[in-house]
Amino acid sequence: MHLHVTHITRYRFEKPLSRVTQSHRLTPASFDGQTVQTWLIEAEGATRGACFRDGAGDEIQTLAFKGPVSSIDVIVTGEVITTDTSGVLRGHAETANPLTYLRETPLTLPDENIRKLAEAALDAVPESDLLARAHALATAVAKAITYAPGETEAHTTGAEALKQGKGVCQDHAHVLISAARLFDLPARYVSGYLFAGEEDGPVEASHGWAEIFVAGLGWVGFDAANACCPDDRYIRLGSGLEASDAAPIRGIVGGQSCEGLEVSVMIRPAKPMQQGQQQ
Amino acid sequence: MATEYFNEMFDGTTVRDPYRFLENWLKDMPHELRHMKQSEAEALFRRIGITFAVYGEAADTDRLIPFDMFPRVFTADEWRKLERGIKQRARALNAFLADVYDRGEIIRAGRIPAELVYRNEAYELAVTGFRPPLGVYSHIVGIDLVRTGPDQFFVLEDNCRTPSGVSYMLENREIMMRMFPQLFQENRIAPVDGYARLLRRTLTDVAPAKCDSDPTAVILTPGRFNSAYYEHSFLADLMGVDLVEGQDLFVDGDYCWMRTTEGPRRVDVIYRRIDDAFIDPLCFRPDSMLGVPGLMNVYRSGGVTICSAPGAGVADDKAIYIHVPEMIRFYLGEEPILQNVPTWQCAKRDECKYVLEHLSELVVKEVHGSGGYGMLVGPKASKGDIEAFASKIRENPANYIAQPTLALSTTPTFVEEGVAPRHVDLRPYCLVGKDVNLVPGGLTRVALTEGSLVVNSSQGGGVKDTWVLAE
Repeated sequence: MHLHVTHITRYRFEKPLSRVTQSHRLTPASFDGQTVQTWLIEAEGATRGACFRDGAGDEIQTLAFKGPVSSIDVIVTGEVITTDTSGVLRGHAETANPLTYLRETPLTLPDENIRKLAEAALDAVPESDLLARAHALATAVAKAITYAPGETEAHTTGAEALKQGKGVCQDHAHVLISAARLFDLPARYVSGYLFAGEEDGPVEASHGWAEIFVAGLGWVGFDAANACCPDDRYIRLGSGLEASDAAPIRGIVGGQSCEGLEVSVMIRPAKPMQQGQQQ
Repeated sequence: MATEYFNEMFDGTTVRDPYRFLENWLKDMPHELRHMKQSEAEALFRRIGITFAVYGEAADTDRLIPFDMFPRVFTADEWRKLERGIKQRARALNAFLADVYDRGEIIRAGRIPAELVYRNEAYELAVTGFRPPLGVYSHIVGIDLVRTGPDQFFVLEDNCRTPSGVSYMLENREIMMRMFPQLFQENRIAPVDGYARLLRRTLTDVAPAKCDSDPTAVILTPGRFNSAYYEHSFLADLMGVDLVEGQDLFVDGDYCWMRTTEGPRRVDVIYRRIDDAFIDPLCFRPDSMLGVPGLMNVYRSGGVTICSAPGAGVADDKAIYIHVPEMIRFYLGEEPILQNVPTWQCAKRDECKYVLEHLSELVVKEVHGSGGYGMLVGPKASKGDIEAFASKIRENPANYIAQPTLALSTTPTFVEEGVAPRHVDLRPYCLVGKDVNLVPGGLTRVALTEGSLVVNSSQGGGVKDTWVLAE
């Protein structure tokens, strides 16, 4: 697909801040299933630091806003061509060793419920079939948590979400990551966008899912919230050990408070679509 | 106990060479004079304000660590071997860090298990693939040594992050020179005061490639409530660099800047004395108020150097320690000059079994413990203590390692009744920049309690001046 993205993040500060520094993981990488055609990040009043790629292959950049700062608008527009690779991340340049993604983090800390869920899911799956094990875990998580916006928040842990049985994509991903790591499958959080179709009008397209490392195959995406693997409707922005670590924008730090945060992401097919780009 | 401890001054009744000149000094010092000098030394320490815990030991920040006036002495020959061994180790540890954040050749070669490195909490995913200037990660390596015989030295542990205590090394010397100037006139004792100049040079050496003028270095401290704050300000003064807290720095464009009365000034090298987790809330702990937002991005894009490099801690973990001799062989193609203490890992079932069967002979430590807390000294422990410790090990074996109880050497130490042997260890500070440098000396810690083998200041330890005799 040839997709057009508009991603707007607005911050409002009641008490103007003397300085705001943001770290952006906000530019998608190009790889086998994803080619970035154009990508523009606008942020009025920002000085930009040097861009670099981290060990996970994500492009990182610092934006600094000199005070007094009472509002910040970060406006991203871009076009990306995607193809369906059945969730397999291929041709993505990264140096991080997958074993690094076996550690526990605050939001993915396993508990007894997550362990039981994983044990039950893997009961009949041979230990050698890593891909089948990853699928079994994703299916189990999809069934265990009902999609219900507003029931959880950014700081909800995977264990808490599973206990409630309700949550959003972030919660599905955290439980899946936690379950996979328990059984020595490296797993990470991916932030990105999902094109959900035009029929229902604009829908919130900001999305998160999990990637599990399957030896011999590489990193494979699993979107437990939608009970599928990412395909050509997905745009991958970047990854981390958990949602907070993979966040497209990190900027609010201790001692600062943001009164108004609005995020809107719109995705539509880019027009006009050229013949050669249809897949 | 029948164990024979190596006494660094007396071989039977004969005085060993390095200590010969101290014999007369000791004879000429009547009891009253000694007491007077001791209180003079204490008054000096109090006046300078050096009252902090040595290397990360949890202790009352205002407590004065006891200073023992009886110096510990090495000959030039003894030191030469130590120096070679320490520098060798510092080079290998840095080569290891450069490797595990790059291709991990030592792991591919099957010489160190992958899990031990990549699953280690201290391994920083955020710096994977990034090579700091000169490929140096640990710029100040503190290596803790113990001695068991004339030529027997063992490395107890490596400290690759921000080893503290060097201000004691410098102050102990300063005070000894003030109180006993004649000792320094009559004998050729190698000076240690070049440390600050060497440290400054090391920091300058590793300035980022983007820095095109004389590099500006700073020391980043967590603040005055930190137990080692005295040392931070002391080193900043000696080097003539600014001592800053996180709030004094900010990130703008490609660089990190310091707020000064004359406007912002670019900072090229940061000798940080805060832990990795607190360096940058946009990369590590978001609630950190001690760090600088965006600093890790500037670091990773080559705008500033952070010493020690974030992630350097993976080299000084107690589980990695076991493999340091292998690192020396792998990266340097040399045999280790200094030996490791044999170590059993309770995480391994057969080794744990051995440990549990021999608790009364072993020293057992927590893998991530420090400061002499949570450890068992088998030969000194009661039956009850041993049983209680055994159940702790069974509960969480992976949390413990064990080593033989080393017969730590003793040096004469002033005690209430006069002079008596007390056990000591040694921490030299090795600097790694363009060259590897070591000032002749280090910090000697002494267990002031009779018979005690635990030198930590939180467990009743004190410090001594350490002398290396010039040839």
